[in-house]
Amino acid sequence: MNQVKSSGFTKQMARNMFYGGSMFFILVFIGLIFDSERRIPQRSNAEAITPAVIAGKQLWETRNCIGCHTLLGEGAYFAPELGNVYPRRGPEFIKAWIKAQPTHVEGRRQMPQFNFTDQQLDDLVEFLRWTSQINTEKWPPNIEG
Amino acid sequence: MQLKPVKYASQSVAKYYFVAALALFTAQIVFGIALGLQYLLGDFLFPYIPFNQARMVHTNLLIVWLLFGFMGAAYYLVPEEAETELHSPKLALALFWIFLLAGALTIVGYLAVPYAKLAELTGNDLLQTMGREFLEQPLPTKVGIVIVALGFLYNISMTVLKGRKTSISLVLLMGLWGLALLFLFSFVNPHNLVRDKMYWWFVVHLWVEGTWELILGSLLAFVLIKTTGVDREVIDKWLYVIIAMALITGILGTGHHFYFIGMPGYWQWVGSIFSALEPIPFFMMTVFAFNMVQRRRREHPNQAALLWAVGCSVVGFLGAGLWGFIHTLSPVNYYTHGSQVTAAHGHLAFYGAYVMVVLAMISYAMPVLRGRVANSRGAQNLEMWSFWIMTIGMGVMALALTGAGILQVWLQRMPTTGAMSFMDTQDQLRFFYWLRMAGGVSFLLGLIAYLSSFFVGGAWDERVDGHADLRTQRA
Repeated sequence: MNQVKSSGFTKQMARNMFYGGSMFFILVFIGLIFDSERRIPQRSNAEAITPAVIAGKQLWETRNCIGCHTLLGEGAYFAPELGNVYPRRGPEFIKAWIKAQPTHVEGRRQMPQFNFTDQQLDDLVEFLRWTSQINTEKWPPNIEG
Repeated sequence: MQLKPVKYASQSVAKYYFVAALALFTAQIVFGIALGLQYLLGDFLFPYIPFNQARMVHTNLLIVWLLFGFMGAAYYLVPEEAETELHSPKLALALFWIFLLAGALTIVGYLAVPYAKLAELTGNDLLQTMGREFLEQPLPTKVGIVIVALGFLYNISMTVLKGRKTSISLVLLMGLWGLALLFLFSFVNPHNLVRDKMYWWFVVHLWVEGTWELILGSLLAFVLIKTTGVDREVIDKWLYVIIAMALITGILGTGHHFYFIGMPGYWQWVGSIFSALEPIPFFMMTVFAFNMVQRRRREHPNQAALLWAVGCSVVGFLGAGLWGFIHTLSPVNYYTHGSQVTAAHGHLAFYGAYVMVVLAMISYAMPVLRGRVANSRGAQNLEMWSFWIMTIGMGVMALALTGAGILQVWLQRMPTTGAMSFMDTQDQLRFFYWLRMAGGVSFLLGLIAYLSSFFVGGAWDERVDGHADLRTQRA
C-alpha cells in the first residue's frame, strides 16, 4: 500500500513525472491535432461547404437542436440522431416533418414549431446532407442511427 | 470546545460562493426531475419549457454551480495554504455578484425568450458561439465568464505569490488557469462541423478529464490533510503521482471522442489505449483516500467532511473510471456512442468526482466559516444520512440508465437488418426511465436532507457530542 512512501520514490520525482509526462503528452497531442487538421478537409468533403451549408449550421445552432437530438452521436439523447437523417428520410420528408411540428399527440415527445421560411428549410437540409457525407468510420452501425 | 473562527478573515468570502453553489445545485436537480419526467410524459411542460431548454438549464447550472464551488474552495484554501490574507477580498466579493447576476440573467434568458431570439438579442451574429452542447451561453455571458475568471485568477495568484507556496495551492492554480485558458476555445466555432466538434472537445474533455482533475486532486488532498493530519510530504507525493497519471492518460484520452465524428481513424487506437488507462488516476485516488484515513494522526470531529472526501474517491472511481471504461474502447463505443450508456456515465462521474469533492470542501469549510471546528453530532448525522440517500439515489439512476442503454444498443444499434427505430426503442425503455425517476427523486430528498443539516443548530461540543479529543497518535 505504501510503496509511494517507503521506496526511494521522492516527492521531487513525482513532481518531475507530472511536469515531464504532461509536457510530453501535450506536445504529442498538438502534433496529432495538426495532422488531423490536415486530413479533415478531405474526410469532411470541405469544398462542398456552400453558403447554404453554413447558413444551415447557423440555424441548427440558434434553434438549439443539440438540446434534444444527437449529431454524429453527440448531443442530447431525447430525440433521433440526425447525422444520417438525410439518407434515412430524404429531403422532402425532413422539411415536411419540421413544418408539421408540434404533433400535439398526447403524452408523446414534442418538437417546437420554428416557423422557418422555405429558404431556411432548404439551408437546414443542405447542412444535414453535407453532414451525412462526412467520413465517420462507418458510424452509426445501421440506418436507424 | 472554544469558538474557533477562520484563520484568515478574508477566507469568509468563500461563504457567499458556497451558498450560491448550493442554491444553484438545488435548481439544477429540480430541472433534472422535470427532464426525467419528460422522458416518460413527452408533452410535460410543453410548450412552456421544451426539453432542450430545460436540459440547457440543467447542464449550465451544473457547470456554473461547480465553478462557484471551485472558486469558493479556492478562496477558502488559498489564504490558509499561503498563510496570508487574500490579495483583495473586495474584488472577490465584487466578482461574486457579477458572476451570480450574469448567471441568473443567462438562465432567465434561456427560459423567458426563444433561443433564436436570445441569440439575436445578444449579438450572436458578431461571433457565432451559441447552440453547442454545454456552451450554449450567449456571447456576453461567455465574455463575462472570461472577465470573472481573469479577476479571480489574478486575486488568488497574487495571494499565492506573496505567501507560502505549497504543492496543493500550486496544483490548484494550475488547474484553474488551465480551466480558464481552455475555455477560450469556446469562442472557436469553425463552419466545418468536424473542426467545430474537435475544438469543442478541447473545452469539454480537457476540462473534466484534464484540468478539473488537478482541481479535484488538490481539494481532496487539502481536506485529507486537514481531517487526517497525515504528513504533507506524503500527501504531496500522492497528489503529484495522481495528477501526473491524470494528464498522461487524459490528454491523449481525448481521442475517445474522436472515433466517429470525422476525425482520422488512428484516433481509435490512440483514444482506446490512453482512455483505457484513465481509470488509473481515479483508482489511485481511492487508494490514497483510504490510505490516508488509515494512517490518520488524529480523530477530526468533522466526520461528515471525511465521509464526503472518501466517498468522492470511491464514487469518482466508479463513475469516471469504471463507467467510463465500459464504453471507451472504440469497438464497444461503436455501438454505445450517443446512447443512454453515455448518460449513465455522465451522471455518475460528475456526481462522484466533482459534486462530491465540492460538497466535501463545503462540509469541511462551512462549519469553520460559521465559527466552529465542526457541526454538532445531530447536524453531522443528518448530513451523513443525506450522503447515503443522494449517493444511493445516484447509483440507482446510473444503473437504470445503464440498463436502458444496453437495451437501446440491443434493439436499435446491434441488428444489421430490421433494427428498431429510435422512438420505438424509447418506448421499450420506459421501465428503466421510471427507475431512473425513482433514483432522481431520492436524490432530491437526499439533497433536501443535506440542506436541512445546515439548520440543525449547534457546534461540536465534546462534552455533548463525544470524544473530540483530537488525540495525536504515536507518530
